[in-house]
Amino acid sequence: MIIISLLFFMTATAISMLWLRDLFAVVMLSGIYSLFAAVIYMVMDAVDVAFTEAAVGAGISTVLMLGTLALTKSKEKVHKKIAYGPLALVLITGGILVYGTLDMPHYGDANAPIHSHVASRYIEKSGLEVGVPNIVTSVLASYRGYDTLGETAVVFTAAIGVLVIIGRRKKKRKKTGAVNDGGDIA
Amino acid sequence: MADTFSGLINYWVAIALMMIGFYIVIAQGNLVKKIVGLNIFQVAVFVFYISMGKVKGGTAPILDDSIEVYSNPLPHVLILTAIVVGVATTALALALIVRINRAYGTIEESEINEQDNVLDASEGKP
Amino acid sequence: MMHQKSVLRVVSKLLIPPILLFALYVQFHGDFGPGGGFQAGVIFAAAFILYGLIFGIANARRTVPASATRTMLALGVLLYAGTGVWTMLLGGEFLDYNYLASTPIAGQHLGILLVELGVGITVAGAMMSIFYTFAAQTLDGDEDIEEEV
Repeated sequence: MIIISLLFFMTATAISMLWLRDLFAVVMLSGIYSLFAAVIYMVMDAVDVAFTEAAVGAGISTVLMLGTLALTKSKEKVHKKIAYGPLALVLITGGILVYGTLDMPHYGDANAPIHSHVASRYIEKSGLEVGVPNIVTSVLASYRGYDTLGETAVVFTAAIGVLVIIGRRKKKRKKTGAVNDGGDIA
Repeated sequence: MADTFSGLINYWVAIALMMIGFYIVIAQGNLVKKIVGLNIFQVAVFVFYISMGKVKGGTAPILDDSIEVYSNPLPHVLILTAIVVGVATTALALALIVRINRAYGTIEESEINEQDNVLDASEGKP
Repeated sequence: MMHQKSVLRVVSKLLIPPILLFALYVQFHGDFGPGGGFQAGVIFAAAFILYGLIFGIANARRTVPASATRTMLALGVLLYAGTGVWTMLLGGEFLDYNYLASTPIAGQHLGILLVELGVGITVAGAMMSIFYTFAAQTLDGDEDIEEEV
Protein backbone atom coordinates (compact mmCIF):
# COMPACT_ATOMS: atom_id res chain seq x y z
CA MET A 1 0.00 0.00 0.00
CA ILE A 2 2.82 2.39 0.91
CA ILE A 3 4.58 1.47 -2.30
CA ILE A 4 1.47 2.03 -4.41
CA SER A 5 0.88 5.48 -2.96
CA LEU A 6 4.56 6.39 -3.43
CA LEU A 7 4.42 5.17 -7.02
CA PHE A 8 1.31 7.31 -7.49
CA PHE A 9 3.21 10.37 -6.24
CA MET A 10 6.10 9.56 -8.56
CA THR A 11 3.74 9.33 -11.52
CA ALA A 12 2.12 12.64 -10.59
CA THR A 13 5.55 14.29 -10.36
CA ALA A 14 6.58 12.85 -13.72
CA ILE A 15 3.38 14.06 -15.41
CA SER A 16 3.78 17.58 -14.03
CA MET A 17 7.37 17.58 -15.32
CA LEU A 18 5.90 16.76 -18.71
CA TRP A 19 3.54 19.75 -18.65
CA LEU A 20 5.54 22.49 -16.96
CA ARG A 21 7.36 24.98 -19.15
CA ASP A 22 9.44 26.59 -16.42
CA LEU A 23 12.63 24.55 -16.49
CA PHE A 24 13.58 25.64 -12.96
CA ALA A 25 10.40 23.98 -11.64
CA VAL A 26 11.06 20.92 -13.81
CA VAL A 27 14.53 20.50 -12.33
CA MET A 28 13.28 20.89 -8.75
CA LEU A 29 10.54 18.34 -9.46
CA SER A 30 13.14 15.92 -10.78
CA GLY A 31 14.89 16.20 -7.40
CA ILE A 32 11.59 15.40 -5.67
CA TYR A 33 11.07 12.49 -8.09
CA SER A 34 14.46 11.10 -7.06
CA LEU A 35 13.60 11.45 -3.37
CA PHE A 36 10.37 9.48 -3.87
CA ALA A 37 12.40 6.83 -5.68
CA ALA A 38 14.81 6.71 -2.73
CA VAL A 39 11.92 6.12 -0.31
CA ILE A 40 10.60 3.33 -2.55
CA TYR A 41 14.01 1.64 -2.58
CA MET A 42 14.08 1.91 1.20
CA VAL A 43 10.69 0.20 1.50
CA MET A 44 11.88 -2.51 -0.91
CA ASP A 45 14.92 -3.28 1.33
CA ALA A 46 17.50 -1.73 -0.97
CA VAL A 47 19.11 0.48 1.69
CA ASP A 48 22.36 1.05 -0.17
CA VAL A 49 20.54 2.05 -3.33
CA ALA A 50 18.24 4.41 -1.42
CA PHE A 51 21.29 6.03 0.15
CA THR A 52 22.94 6.54 -3.23
CA GLU A 53 19.80 7.84 -4.92
CA ALA A 54 19.18 10.38 -2.14
CA ALA A 55 22.75 11.65 -2.29
CA VAL A 56 23.23 11.53 -6.06
CA GLY A 57 19.83 11.88 -7.70
CA ALA A 58 18.33 14.40 -5.34
CA GLY A 59 21.57 16.19 -4.49
CA ILE A 60 24.33 16.35 -7.06
CA SER A 61 22.34 16.00 -10.28
CA THR A 62 19.88 18.72 -9.21
CA VAL A 63 22.81 21.05 -8.49
CA LEU A 64 24.37 20.27 -11.87
CA MET A 65 21.09 20.86 -13.73
CA LEU A 66 20.57 24.17 -11.92
CA GLY A 67 24.11 25.09 -12.92
CA THR A 68 23.25 24.31 -16.53
CA LEU A 69 20.09 26.43 -16.33
CA ALA A 70 22.12 29.35 -14.99
CA LEU A 71 24.35 29.06 -18.07
CA THR A 72 21.54 28.61 -20.59
CA LYS A 73 17.87 29.53 -20.36
CA SER A 74 15.38 28.68 -17.68
CA LYS A 75 12.25 28.87 -19.85
CA GLU A 76 11.18 26.45 -22.48
CA LYS A 77 10.38 28.44 -25.60
CA VAL A 78 8.30 26.44 -28.00
CA HIS A 79 5.71 24.30 -26.36
CA LYS A 80 4.11 21.99 -28.81
CA LYS A 81 0.68 20.61 -28.26
CA ILE A 82 0.37 16.87 -28.00
CA ALA A 83 2.54 15.24 -30.63
CA TYR A 84 0.47 12.34 -31.89
CA GLY A 85 3.21 10.37 -33.65
CA PRO A 86 5.45 10.07 -30.58
CA LEU A 87 2.40 9.50 -28.37
CA ALA A 88 1.30 6.54 -30.48
CA LEU A 89 4.83 5.14 -30.46
CA VAL A 90 5.03 5.50 -26.66
CA LEU A 91 1.63 3.87 -26.14
CA ILE A 92 2.50 0.92 -28.39
CA THR A 93 5.87 0.42 -26.68
CA GLY A 94 4.23 0.63 -23.26
CA GLY A 95 1.52 -1.81 -24.30
CA ILE A 96 4.09 -4.35 -25.49
CA LEU A 97 6.07 -4.00 -22.27
CA VAL A 98 2.94 -4.46 -20.14
CA TYR A 99 2.08 -7.55 -22.18
CA GLY A 100 5.57 -8.81 -21.43
CA THR A 101 5.05 -8.46 -17.67
CA LEU A 102 1.93 -10.65 -17.64
CA ASP A 103 3.83 -13.91 -17.16
CA MET A 104 6.47 -12.42 -14.89
CA PRO A 105 6.79 -13.69 -11.30
CA HIS A 106 4.72 -11.56 -8.94
CA TYR A 107 6.19 -8.93 -6.67
CA GLY A 108 7.88 -10.49 -3.61
CA ASP A 109 7.70 -14.05 -4.99
CA ALA A 110 10.47 -16.00 -3.22
CA ASN A 111 10.54 -18.67 -5.97
CA ALA A 112 11.23 -16.27 -8.81
CA PRO A 113 14.11 -17.33 -11.10
CA ILE A 114 16.06 -14.20 -10.18
CA HIS A 115 16.54 -15.52 -6.62
CA SER A 116 17.59 -19.05 -7.53
CA HIS A 117 21.07 -18.79 -9.10
CA VAL A 118 24.01 -16.74 -7.86
CA ALA A 119 21.98 -14.64 -5.40
CA SER A 120 21.39 -17.53 -2.99
CA ARG A 121 25.09 -18.35 -3.05
CA TYR A 122 25.96 -14.74 -2.20
CA ILE A 123 23.54 -14.81 0.72
CA GLU A 124 24.67 -18.18 2.09
CA LYS A 125 28.41 -18.13 1.46
CA SER A 126 29.50 -14.48 1.52
CA GLY A 127 29.67 -14.47 5.31
CA LEU A 128 32.19 -17.32 5.24
CA GLU A 129 34.10 -16.42 2.09
CA VAL A 130 34.36 -12.65 2.45
CA GLY A 131 33.43 -12.12 6.09
CA VAL A 132 31.71 -8.78 5.59
CA PRO A 133 28.17 -8.40 6.98
CA ASN A 134 26.89 -6.15 4.20
CA ILE A 135 26.26 -8.52 1.29
CA VAL A 136 25.96 -5.64 -1.16
CA THR A 137 29.49 -4.51 -0.29
CA SER A 138 30.95 -7.99 -0.63
CA VAL A 139 29.29 -8.55 -4.00
CA LEU A 140 30.20 -5.06 -5.20
CA ALA A 141 33.84 -5.06 -4.18
CA SER A 142 34.78 -8.73 -4.12
CA TYR A 143 32.62 -11.06 -6.22
CA ARG A 144 31.99 -8.45 -8.89
CA GLY A 145 35.17 -6.44 -8.50
CA TYR A 146 35.73 -6.33 -12.27
CA ASP A 147 32.32 -4.71 -12.78
CA THR A 148 33.05 -2.06 -10.21
CA LEU A 149 36.47 -1.35 -11.70
CA GLY A 150 34.71 -0.79 -15.01
CA GLU A 151 32.10 1.50 -13.43
CA THR A 152 34.82 3.53 -11.72
CA ALA A 153 36.56 3.87 -15.06
CA VAL A 154 33.28 5.11 -16.58
CA VAL A 155 32.92 7.79 -13.88
CA PHE A 156 36.55 8.77 -14.53
CA THR A 157 35.96 8.95 -18.27
CA ALA A 158 32.77 11.01 -17.89
CA ALA A 159 34.56 13.55 -15.69
CA ILE A 160 37.42 13.76 -18.18
CA GLY A 161 34.81 14.27 -20.90
CA VAL A 162 33.25 17.19 -19.03
CA LEU A 163 36.69 18.74 -18.54
CA VAL A 164 37.44 18.35 -22.23
CA ILE A 165 34.13 19.78 -23.45
CA ILE A 166 33.78 22.83 -21.21
CA GLY A 167 37.05 22.84 -19.29
CA ARG A 168 38.95 26.02 -18.65
CA ARG A 169 41.01 27.89 -21.18
CA LYS A 170 44.47 29.20 -20.64
CA LYS A 171 44.70 32.75 -19.38
CA LYS A 172 47.24 33.73 -22.04
CA ARG A 173 44.50 34.00 -24.62
CA LYS A 174 42.69 36.68 -22.65
CA LYS A 175 45.87 38.74 -22.25
CA THR A 176 46.58 38.80 -25.97
CA GLY A 177 43.02 39.94 -26.49
CA ALA A 178 42.23 37.33 -29.09
CA VAL A 179 38.52 36.92 -29.65
CA ASN A 180 37.42 33.49 -28.63
CA ASP A 181 34.47 32.06 -30.41
CA GLY A 182 34.22 29.27 -27.90
CA GLY A 183 35.45 26.82 -30.47
CA ASP A 184 38.53 25.70 -28.56
CA ILE A 185 38.90 23.42 -25.67
CA ALA A 186 41.21 23.81 -22.74
CA MET B 1 -7.38 -11.08 -10.92
CA ALA B 2 -6.85 -8.99 -7.81
CA ASP B 3 -3.79 -11.13 -7.13
CA THR B 4 -2.39 -10.43 -10.59
CA PHE B 5 -3.08 -6.74 -10.11
CA SER B 6 -1.31 -6.44 -6.77
CA GLY B 7 1.54 -8.64 -7.97
CA LEU B 8 2.27 -6.73 -11.14
CA ILE B 9 1.19 -3.14 -10.39
CA ASN B 10 4.78 -2.13 -9.52
CA TYR B 11 6.00 -3.21 -12.92
CA TRP B 12 3.13 -1.46 -14.66
CA VAL B 13 3.74 1.83 -12.88
CA ALA B 14 7.45 1.53 -13.66
CA ILE B 15 6.57 1.01 -17.33
CA ALA B 16 4.21 4.01 -17.24
CA LEU B 17 7.03 6.14 -15.79
CA MET B 18 9.42 4.85 -18.45
CA MET B 19 6.95 5.83 -21.14
CA ILE B 20 6.49 9.33 -19.70
CA GLY B 21 10.26 9.76 -19.79
CA PHE B 22 10.40 8.30 -23.30
CA TYR B 23 7.70 10.70 -24.49
CA ILE B 24 9.61 13.69 -23.07
CA VAL B 25 12.78 12.55 -24.81
CA ILE B 26 11.23 12.10 -28.25
CA ALA B 27 8.48 14.73 -28.31
CA GLN B 28 9.86 17.78 -26.48
CA GLY B 29 12.31 20.12 -28.12
CA ASN B 30 14.16 21.57 -25.14
CA LEU B 31 17.49 19.84 -24.53
CA VAL B 32 17.52 20.23 -20.73
CA LYS B 33 14.03 18.77 -20.63
CA LYS B 34 15.19 15.85 -22.73
CA ILE B 35 17.86 15.12 -20.13
CA VAL B 36 15.23 15.29 -17.37
CA GLY B 37 13.13 12.85 -19.41
CA LEU B 38 16.09 10.52 -19.71
CA ASN B 39 16.49 10.70 -15.92
CA ILE B 40 12.81 9.82 -15.43
CA PHE B 41 13.27 6.82 -17.72
CA GLN B 42 16.43 5.78 -15.89
CA VAL B 43 14.91 5.94 -12.41
CA ALA B 44 11.89 3.97 -13.68
CA VAL B 45 14.22 1.18 -14.82
CA PHE B 46 15.87 1.23 -11.38
CA VAL B 47 12.49 0.92 -9.64
CA PHE B 48 11.70 -2.02 -11.94
CA TYR B 49 14.94 -3.80 -11.03
CA ILE B 50 14.62 -3.22 -7.29
CA SER B 51 11.00 -4.45 -7.43
CA MET B 52 12.21 -7.74 -8.90
CA GLY B 53 14.80 -8.15 -6.14
CA LYS B 54 12.33 -7.88 -3.26
CA VAL B 55 11.39 -11.07 -1.40
CA LYS B 56 8.23 -11.10 0.66
CA GLY B 57 9.12 -11.07 4.37
CA GLY B 58 12.76 -10.40 3.54
CA THR B 59 14.97 -7.72 5.02
CA ALA B 60 17.85 -5.61 3.78
CA PRO B 61 20.79 -7.83 2.75
CA ILE B 62 23.00 -7.19 5.78
CA LEU B 63 23.95 -10.46 7.49
CA ASP B 64 22.73 -11.06 11.02
CA ASP B 65 22.15 -14.31 12.92
CA SER B 66 18.58 -13.40 13.85
CA ILE B 67 17.42 -13.01 10.23
CA GLU B 68 16.27 -15.84 7.98
CA VAL B 69 15.13 -14.24 4.72
CA TYR B 70 17.03 -11.60 2.79
CA SER B 71 16.05 -9.70 -0.31
CA ASN B 72 18.12 -10.35 -3.39
CA PRO B 73 21.35 -8.29 -3.16
CA LEU B 74 22.30 -8.63 -6.84
CA PRO B 75 19.92 -6.00 -8.32
CA HIS B 76 20.99 -3.64 -5.53
CA VAL B 77 24.64 -3.91 -6.60
CA LEU B 78 23.82 -3.38 -10.27
CA ILE B 79 21.61 -0.36 -9.62
CA LEU B 80 23.92 1.20 -7.03
CA THR B 81 26.70 1.53 -9.57
CA ALA B 82 24.25 2.46 -12.33
CA ILE B 83 23.04 5.49 -10.33
CA VAL B 84 26.53 6.94 -9.95
CA VAL B 85 27.44 6.21 -13.56
CA GLY B 86 24.08 7.77 -14.51
CA VAL B 87 24.88 11.07 -12.82
CA ALA B 88 28.34 11.12 -14.40
CA THR B 89 26.90 10.63 -17.89
CA THR B 90 24.16 13.21 -17.13
CA ALA B 91 26.91 15.67 -16.29
CA LEU B 92 28.55 14.90 -19.64
CA ALA B 93 25.24 15.53 -21.43
CA LEU B 94 24.75 18.80 -19.56
CA ALA B 95 28.27 19.87 -20.51
CA LEU B 96 27.39 19.22 -24.15
CA ILE B 97 24.24 21.35 -23.71
CA VAL B 98 26.30 24.22 -22.28
CA ARG B 99 28.62 23.91 -25.26
CA ILE B 100 25.70 23.80 -27.74
CA ASN B 101 24.22 26.89 -26.11
CA ARG B 102 27.54 28.68 -26.51
CA ALA B 103 27.76 27.79 -30.20
CA TYR B 104 24.11 28.30 -31.22
CA GLY B 105 22.75 30.64 -28.54
CA THR B 106 19.77 28.37 -27.93
CA ILE B 107 18.90 24.99 -26.44
CA GLU B 108 15.74 24.45 -28.49
CA GLU B 109 16.09 21.64 -30.99
CA SER B 110 13.96 23.34 -33.67
CA GLU B 111 16.01 26.55 -33.58
CA ILE B 112 19.27 24.59 -33.78
CA ASN B 113 17.99 22.71 -36.83
CA GLU B 114 16.91 26.00 -38.41
CA GLN B 115 20.36 27.53 -37.95
CA ASP B 116 21.95 24.41 -39.39
CA ASN B 117 19.67 24.55 -42.43
CA VAL B 118 20.48 28.22 -43.03
CA LEU B 119 24.18 27.41 -42.76
CA ASP B 120 23.86 24.48 -45.16
CA ALA B 121 21.93 26.61 -47.65
CA SER B 122 24.59 29.35 -47.58
CA GLU B 123 27.27 26.77 -48.28
CA GLY B 124 25.31 25.37 -51.17
CA LYS B 125 24.58 22.02 -49.60
CA PRO B 126 21.12 20.51 -50.07
CA MET C 1 30.03 37.77 -2.76
CA MET C 2 26.86 37.23 -0.70
CA HIS C 3 27.93 39.30 2.29
CA GLN C 4 24.39 39.71 3.56
CA LYS C 5 23.53 36.03 3.80
CA SER C 6 25.05 35.52 7.21
CA VAL C 7 22.56 32.80 8.16
CA LEU C 8 23.59 30.69 5.18
CA ARG C 9 27.27 31.28 5.88
CA VAL C 10 27.06 30.37 9.56
CA VAL C 11 24.87 27.32 9.02
CA SER C 12 27.03 25.98 6.22
CA LYS C 13 30.15 26.53 8.34
CA LEU C 14 28.49 24.46 11.06
CA LEU C 15 27.38 21.77 8.60
CA ILE C 16 30.48 21.20 6.51
CA PRO C 17 32.65 19.44 9.17
CA PRO C 18 29.89 16.94 10.11
CA ILE C 19 29.25 16.26 6.41
CA LEU C 20 32.93 15.44 5.89
CA LEU C 21 32.98 13.28 9.01
CA PHE C 22 29.82 11.49 7.88
CA ALA C 23 31.39 10.84 4.48
CA LEU C 24 34.36 9.19 6.18
CA TYR C 25 32.00 7.15 8.37
CA VAL C 26 30.06 5.98 5.31
CA GLN C 27 33.32 5.16 3.56
CA PHE C 28 34.82 3.01 6.30
CA HIS C 29 31.63 1.60 7.80
CA GLY C 30 30.33 0.42 4.43
CA ASP C 31 31.33 -3.18 5.24
CA PHE C 32 28.90 -3.34 8.15
CA GLY C 33 25.98 -1.12 7.23
CA PRO C 34 24.66 0.64 4.17
CA GLY C 35 27.34 2.69 2.51
CA GLY C 36 30.53 2.36 0.58
CA GLY C 37 32.81 4.19 -1.78
CA PHE C 38 30.18 5.49 -4.19
CA GLN C 39 28.02 7.12 -1.53
CA ALA C 40 30.96 8.39 0.52
CA GLY C 41 32.56 9.99 -2.51
CA VAL C 42 29.36 11.82 -3.37
CA ILE C 43 28.81 13.03 0.21
CA PHE C 44 32.43 14.15 0.49
CA ALA C 45 32.08 16.12 -2.74
CA ALA C 46 28.75 17.56 -1.53
CA ALA C 47 30.53 19.26 1.38
CA PHE C 48 32.85 21.09 -1.01
CA ILE C 49 30.00 21.87 -3.39
CA LEU C 50 28.09 23.46 -0.48
CA TYR C 51 31.21 25.48 0.34
CA GLY C 52 31.50 26.57 -3.26
CA LEU C 53 27.82 27.58 -3.45
CA ILE C 54 27.93 29.70 -0.31
CA PHE C 55 31.43 31.19 -0.31
CA GLY C 56 31.97 31.52 -4.02
CA ILE C 57 33.79 29.34 -6.48
CA ALA C 58 37.09 31.24 -6.20
CA ASN C 59 37.36 30.45 -2.49
CA ALA C 60 36.41 26.82 -3.09
CA ARG C 61 39.09 26.54 -5.76
CA ARG C 62 41.63 27.88 -3.30
CA THR C 63 40.61 25.21 -0.78
CA VAL C 64 40.75 22.36 -3.29
CA PRO C 65 42.67 23.43 -6.41
CA ALA C 66 41.74 22.02 -9.79
CA SER C 67 44.96 20.05 -9.95
CA ALA C 68 44.00 18.30 -6.68
CA THR C 69 40.58 17.16 -7.96
CA ARG C 70 42.14 15.98 -11.20
CA THR C 71 44.77 14.04 -9.28
CA MET C 72 42.06 12.45 -7.12
CA LEU C 73 40.19 11.48 -10.27
CA ALA C 74 43.11 9.45 -11.55
CA LEU C 75 44.41 8.30 -8.18
CA GLY C 76 41.24 6.37 -7.29
CA VAL C 77 41.20 4.29 -10.48
CA LEU C 78 44.94 3.74 -10.05
CA LEU C 79 44.45 2.53 -6.47
CA TYR C 80 41.69 0.15 -7.58
CA ALA C 81 43.60 -1.31 -10.50
CA GLY C 82 46.82 -1.25 -8.47
CA THR C 83 45.21 -3.48 -5.85
CA GLY C 84 44.44 -5.93 -8.64
CA VAL C 85 48.01 -5.85 -9.93
CA TRP C 86 49.31 -6.25 -6.38
CA THR C 87 47.28 -9.44 -5.91
CA MET C 88 48.75 -10.68 -9.20
CA LEU C 89 52.28 -9.99 -7.94
CA LEU C 90 51.47 -11.92 -4.78
CA GLY C 91 50.60 -14.96 -6.85
CA GLY C 92 46.84 -14.71 -7.20
CA GLU C 93 44.60 -13.62 -10.01
CA PHE C 94 43.62 -10.03 -10.78
CA LEU C 95 41.57 -8.66 -7.82
CA ASP C 96 41.79 -11.96 -5.89
CA TYR C 97 42.04 -10.46 -2.41
CA ASN C 98 42.71 -13.79 -0.66
CA TYR C 99 46.45 -13.34 -1.25
CA LEU C 100 46.68 -9.88 0.31
CA ALA C 101 47.08 -11.08 3.90
CA SER C 102 47.91 -14.22 5.81
CA THR C 103 44.31 -15.48 5.94
CA PRO C 104 41.76 -15.20 3.11
CA ILE C 105 39.25 -13.36 5.33
CA ALA C 106 41.81 -10.75 6.39
CA GLY C 107 42.89 -10.43 2.77
CA GLN C 108 39.28 -9.89 1.66
CA HIS C 109 38.84 -7.19 4.33
CA LEU C 110 41.98 -5.37 3.23
CA GLY C 111 41.12 -5.71 -0.46
CA ILE C 112 37.58 -4.38 0.01
CA LEU C 113 38.91 -1.47 2.07
CA LEU C 114 41.40 -0.53 -0.65
CA VAL C 115 39.07 -0.79 -3.64
CA GLU C 116 36.25 1.04 -1.84
CA LEU C 117 38.76 3.77 -1.00
CA GLY C 118 39.72 3.90 -4.67
CA VAL C 119 36.06 4.18 -5.72
CA GLY C 120 35.45 6.89 -3.11
CA ILE C 121 38.44 8.98 -4.20
CA THR C 122 37.53 8.78 -7.88
CA VAL C 123 33.84 9.58 -7.33
CA ALA C 124 34.65 12.51 -5.02
CA GLY C 125 37.21 13.85 -7.49
CA ALA C 126 34.82 13.42 -10.41
CA MET C 127 31.90 15.16 -8.72
CA MET C 128 34.07 18.05 -7.51
CA SER C 129 35.78 18.64 -10.84
CA ILE C 130 32.46 18.42 -12.71
CA PHE C 131 30.87 20.96 -10.35
CA TYR C 132 33.85 23.33 -10.47
CA THR C 133 33.93 23.14 -14.24
CA PHE C 134 30.25 24.05 -14.46
CA ALA C 135 30.55 26.78 -11.84
CA ALA C 136 33.56 28.39 -13.54
CA GLN C 137 31.61 28.91 -16.77
CA THR C 138 30.19 32.25 -17.74
CA LEU C 139 27.22 32.78 -20.00
CA ASP C 140 29.15 33.61 -23.15
CA GLY C 141 32.08 31.39 -22.25
CA ASP C 142 34.63 34.05 -23.19
CA GLU C 143 36.37 34.50 -19.90
CA ASP C 144 37.19 32.62 -16.79
CA ILE C 145 36.54 33.60 -13.21
CA GLU C 146 40.05 32.78 -12.18
CA GLU C 147 42.95 30.76 -13.44
CA GLU C 148 45.81 29.05 -11.67
CA VAL C 149 46.86 25.98 -13.58
